[in-house]
Amino acid sequence: MTHTASLPSQSVVARGALSALLATAALLATFSLAGCGAPAVAADIGERASVPVRTPSDEIVGQEVAVVTRAPNVPAPITRTHATKVIVNLDVIEKTMRLADSVEYTMWTFGGSVPGSFIRVREGDLVELHLRNAANSTMPHNIDLHAVTGPGGGAKSSLTLPGGESVFTFTAMNPGLFVYHCATSPVPMHMANGMYGMILVEPKAGLPKVDREFYVMQSEFYTKGKFGEHGLQSLDMDKGVDERPTYVVFNGSVGAIAGENALQAKVGERVRFFFGDAGPNLTSSFHLIGEVFDNVYGEGGSAVTQHNVQTTLVPSGGAVMVELGLEQPGDLILVDHSIFRAFNKGALGVLKVTGAANAKVFAVKKSIGAVGE
Amino acid sequence: MFLPLLLAALAGMTHVPAGSYEQLYGKGERVAVRAFSLDRDAVTRGQYQSFVRGHASWQRDAVGRDMADAGYLADWRSPRLAGGALDAPVTGVSWHAARAFCESHGKRLPTVAEWEYAAAASEHVRDASRDPAFRARVLEAYAKRGSGARAGTSTANVYGVRGLHDRVWEWTLDFNPAATAHRHGSAGHEHHAYCASAALGAADPSNYPAFMRYAVRSGLNERSTLSALGFRCAA
Repeated sequence: MTHTASLPSQSVVARGALSALLATAALLATFSLAGCGAPAVAADIGERASVPVRTPSDEIVGQEVAVVTRAPNVPAPITRTHATKVIVNLDVIEKTMRLADSVEYTMWTFGGSVPGSFIRVREGDLVELHLRNAANSTMPHNIDLHAVTGPGGGAKSSLTLPGGESVFTFTAMNPGLFVYHCATSPVPMHMANGMYGMILVEPKAGLPKVDREFYVMQSEFYTKGKFGEHGLQSLDMDKGVDERPTYVVFNGSVGAIAGENALQAKVGERVRFFFGDAGPNLTSSFHLIGEVFDNVYGEGGSAVTQHNVQTTLVPSGGAVMVELGLEQPGDLILVDHSIFRAFNKGALGVLKVTGAANAKVFAVKKSIGAVGE
Repeated sequence: MFLPLLLAALAGMTHVPAGSYEQLYGKGERVAVRAFSLDRDAVTRGQYQSFVRGHASWQRDAVGRDMADAGYLADWRSPRLAGGALDAPVTGVSWHAARAFCESHGKRLPTVAEWEYAAAASEHVRDASRDPAFRARVLEAYAKRGSGARAGTSTANVYGVRGLHDRVWEWTLDFNPAATAHRHGSAGHEHHAYCASAALGAADPSNYPAFMRYAVRSGLNERSTLSALGFRCAA
């Protein structure tokens, strides 16, 4: 199947228009900068034209409360064709949750889950973020959204005591997939305890239509006990400093998207992963065993940067969007291909694909497994 | 010298000799602390109940919002009746209320310097702040906050002070330089409370317990109340 065909023509047109707009904005910015520093030469203007200095100018029409979701679910694509005011409510909750079978950890969460609630807004939207910290929390918390242009990504304005609420607004100017996290001191502790999630700023033209979207976030846990050691575990700071995680997991716990909780799709469908890496330390080598990523939006940016990718590198505090068409039934295995993490630390997930097999795609001719069965 | 020590002991206080501690944001300089007296235990619900019975203006239904927010003694059975465990640390009290309590006993709140200095002590040494085992224990204790422990049940540190780390956060007199700058004329440090930049200028970036206390204090104002924030008095 070809994948460039899945890009709707309207998006190409809109991107063209957008580029022209941005180029104009950049040109204006160039003029305003001309007064200081070295005089601009022709080549210089050419360089600068690709760097927009943005001014939110979309008319904000109406208001809505964002529907946020828990992983692996993703809010429905935005069908609006105008900017609006989006109210996002995030509740910070500290609670003891499962990290693995018979292993618990007191996690600090955005929305009661790890990773935190998935937020979906449209490029140009005015977002009013309400951060509420549960009254029984032990710590103040705040939020740094990487999609925010502003002090600390919002963190400076959102330190929220237990029982309190902070509110700030920002315009979602840059389309793409962004990580958010708590940035209260000591930041590594808040992140190691589960305080991260993602926000998608959907491009104005939308993303190509797919049949299913999934939200998966990789992160590490550093526990006093060894991997699998039963009981309530707590943060081992030394392991964190040494970058020796006990657990590397997808969606907050070992097996969160495996077994009964495996992701589901059908042959013939197109799927998109919103994949983030919360760290706090490790870079992920995101790979899907038994498939190939048809489109990769490198580092979670707004453009497809590569096709036909086996493994995509996702930085800590970064993200990626990948799209693929499903041609064959079976269990596709999500891994961090730094493979000890998958085998021994929990970085495993399953996308169960059902439907008819196509022998031209793959066929077994002779194998030990076939004989044994 | 003898008389003040005796009086302090009778009032449930202990003498903390002069010394110094390593300030979180102090470029490694040690801050000198004069000798003072400190309550052995955090003020309990029972003690605070006696206080509000003698000072009706500090009862829940009488306190103005300029003195304490809506969380003030919110978990009490009634304005005059604490209910629950009377030997548990009182929480849900504002800075104004904590100050008033201490003053009614001829005492005051400890300063940040005094509190941090006293809290750096383990059972065996006066400054355990750079001891990884002590630090790990404190972090562990902070993780278990809110489990409803009683006052006076934990091991005393080398000064005889109990429960500085394993009960509740505690008010200090000058808890937030940023919030109280208008009164004291000191510089604000609000940038230290967020982002990785909090590590900039820190004497010891591994002192997570100190960062946590700093973050809690940074978020407070004089009217704040928290279900895990109590106090003890100094003199």
